[in-house]
Amino acid sequence: MVKVLFFAQLKELLNCDGLNLNVECPQTVQSIKQAIIAENPNWAEPLNQATIMCAVNQAMVDNQHAVEHGDEVAFFPPVTGG
Amino acid sequence: MAHSTPSEHISVKVQTEDFDIAHEYSLMRENNTQDGAIVFFSGLVREMNQGQDVSGLFLEHYPAMTEQSLRDITEQACTRWPLSRVRLIHRVGQLHVTDQIVFVAVSSAHREAAFEACHFIMDFLKKRAPFWKKETTSKGDRWVEALEKDQNALDKWDTNETK
Repeated sequence: MVKVLFFAQLKELLNCDGLNLNVECPQTVQSIKQAIIAENPNWAEPLNQATIMCAVNQAMVDNQHAVEHGDEVAFFPPVTGG
Repeated sequence: MAHSTPSEHISVKVQTEDFDIAHEYSLMRENNTQDGAIVFFSGLVREMNQGQDVSGLFLEHYPAMTEQSLRDITEQACTRWPLSRVRLIHRVGQLHVTDQIVFVAVSSAHREAAFEACHFIMDFLKKRAPFWKKETTSKGDRWVEALEKDQNALDKWDTNETK
């Protein structure tokens, strides 16, 4: 089981701040994203934006990063702090 | 050559409250016999939409990640440059035009390291730290878009960043 979080504009577009995903692990971030879309097909466009960033266990990762059971996976738009 | 700064001289805070630059600066100077240079940056909320009534800026963040992300960035700077002290504060929540958002202060024996490290920390914070700004106006809210110049700003620091 993987804990998924959404932030900022992505959270608003999906109207969802997070969910628990029951999937086989390890899987890449990219395939985790596709698993989420398989359960929520109308989320495909916002989640597939090339600019969407990802953090696993609070560290930035790329789409090829391997996600393990129990990981916290966060998806969000490009950051705009500072 | 990798440098390191004792952790008791690195201060990183994420908070809703405003901060006092004079107080932070005094902490950089206190009992500091080694440093000839202190450089600091402060980021402010500015009027972004001419003609539109911008009542303020809401800073959303990823609570479990923000402080650690800022610590990682300061540690990278401390490895790259000989810094004695670093103080970093980033505010979250509802802010208004002219409010302070972020403060970065670094000290070093000489000015080159201090100027560069402060610049580096801000460039990395803009690209990596999990905050998102939302303009709040009387006509509705609007998420601020990340600027291409910020996405490309890391290039000049010649790191192995892939994204």
